[in-house]
Amino acid sequence: MTVYARRRATNAVILTLSLAATAFGLVILFLILWSLLKNGVPALSGDLFAKTTPPPGSSGGLLNAIYGSVVMTACATLAGTPIGILTGTFLAEYGRGSRLAPVVRFVNDILLSAPSIVIGLFVYQVMVVPMGNFSAWAGSAALAIIVIPVVVRTTEDMLTLVPAGLREAAIALGAPQWKVVVKVIYRAALQGMLTGVMLAIARIAGETAPLLFTALSNQFWSSNMNAPMGNLPVVIFQFAMSPYADWQLLAWGGALLITFTILILNIIARLLASWSSFSR
Amino acid sequence: MIETITRVAPSRMRRQRIEDVLFRSITRAFAVGVLSLLGAVMVALAIGSGPAVRAFGFGFLTSEAWNPVKDLFGALPAVYGTLVTSFVAMVVAVPVALGIAVFLTELCPPMMRRPIGILIELLAAIPSIIYGIWGLFVLAPVLQATVQPFLIATLGEVPGLGVLFAGPPLGLGILTAGFILAVMILPFIAAVTRDVFMTVPAVLRESAYAVGATTSEVIRDIVLPYTRVGVVGAAMLGLGRALGETMAVTFVIGNAHRIQASLLAPGTTISASLANEFTEAVGDLYTSALIELGFILFVITFIVLAAAKLMLMRIEEHAAK
Repeated sequence: MTVYARRRATNAVILTLSLAATAFGLVILFLILWSLLKNGVPALSGDLFAKTTPPPGSSGGLLNAIYGSVVMTACATLAGTPIGILTGTFLAEYGRGSRLAPVVRFVNDILLSAPSIVIGLFVYQVMVVPMGNFSAWAGSAALAIIVIPVVVRTTEDMLTLVPAGLREAAIALGAPQWKVVVKVIYRAALQGMLTGVMLAIARIAGETAPLLFTALSNQFWSSNMNAPMGNLPVVIFQFAMSPYADWQLLAWGGALLITFTILILNIIARLLASWSSFSR
Repeated sequence: MIETITRVAPSRMRRQRIEDVLFRSITRAFAVGVLSLLGAVMVALAIGSGPAVRAFGFGFLTSEAWNPVKDLFGALPAVYGTLVTSFVAMVVAVPVALGIAVFLTELCPPMMRRPIGILIELLAAIPSIIYGIWGLFVLAPVLQATVQPFLIATLGEVPGLGVLFAGPPLGLGILTAGFILAVMILPFIAAVTRDVFMTVPAVLRESAYAVGATTSEVIRDIVLPYTRVGVVGAAMLGLGRALGETMAVTFVIGNAHRIQASLLAPGTTISASLANEFTEAVGDLYTSALIELGFILFVITFIVLAAAKLMLMRIEEHAAK
């Protein structure tokens, strides 16, 4: 074999392998989605949204878990978003030349990937133990801590994308800096910031680990924020690990619900980002 | 005409200046808050693990015991399981992620780059618990029926290496957990590696092609040497994720506080122990031992993630120049 032929052959092998790697990733994605559809669709019925989680052997749905997930995700987003946006604003607008900003940015990136179960332990220590019981508030707090770094990151990224000209024009008109930020920069970066919030919601909607020892779960309907509250991820965990076929079916139904909600949120977030006026 | 310009009243100027300082201080206060969150987590976990530290000292790290009845606890099986599953995950995920990054930067038609990139990133959006339920009901039975008997029959017979593939094919165990982890961290490593590959100046790439290099030679001799630090950083980022992943592992690892050489045997990880046992832990010492496990996990992931971040910062500075 000539040198040329050998080099071409090596090249072909390497490129085929890279193609195979990509195919592997895509195949796994479709396999997971396919299993979810195959096992989850039979569980979709009116009962799923109308009845609460049943004892084994009787019919029921996931109403209390869906309610709990929606409430806790909403509370966590409402609490975490302003904190994240203000911190992101500091990093983007006031961070230049400050010694604090790089440290905050570094720590934020670590929090972004920190194990969520440790966040659950932390909230258990500072909220569940002093309050004496598991509660939906504690669950919301744990989720809020996960929201913050996601929002900080996207807010900073999006604010720095706003063209300097806009900022300078507003300052030249005599606007104080806070007005420039709130009325000009925020408005210009609104879509990007919304993207961040949606990604954060998508991230916490399926988080299980931080809820295990904060919100716990609840087999019955409860709207008391000071008591354990049912939530989809933990119910899926308990039901899937159970030996009962009807519980496992409900777990698949819940899994299908969560995954497609999250995928749709992700896709909308990406579309929003690509429509936003300033792209990367 | 100068006279017609309305002058801002000094009192209003002063108010605006105060508002400016106020807004700036508020944003700064929240930034400090995020910073202290990390410290608060460390402190809370350190306090919580106090009783276990006092009871077991450093022996906690080297003890294999896990006996809630006798109140004897050791971290070794969980730490071992955490490290081994993550190692298996890295062995599978890093080459595949590199392949995906190469495909997306060098091979893929530009039209398809975004859609395929997004699909791969969607793998990262699927929650951990979904990987868990899929691993338990779909993947584990398949591995048990096909891959594991094959491994036992082939690699299991190799002297030395055979220890890793001994025992019955259970489906659940360290290998399955490692494989699930690999799929979960794959999109993170692939996305960061792709971005890092993009930082290679086009001039370098094009001059290599111009002297007749093939694509694989460009990757090996130009792209990889240029981005080495970044690729290692991307891999470490994936490692940081794998170490702390909870739900998926809890479903498929088999939950046994034992150290066994075989990758097919059940084991446990720090996060799986926490997920399984924390709410059922009776007694302060049991709870405290679990919190100490969490503390160890947090310290390990912190170190790995910090190292990853530092490496990626170096490649960013490189690109900015």
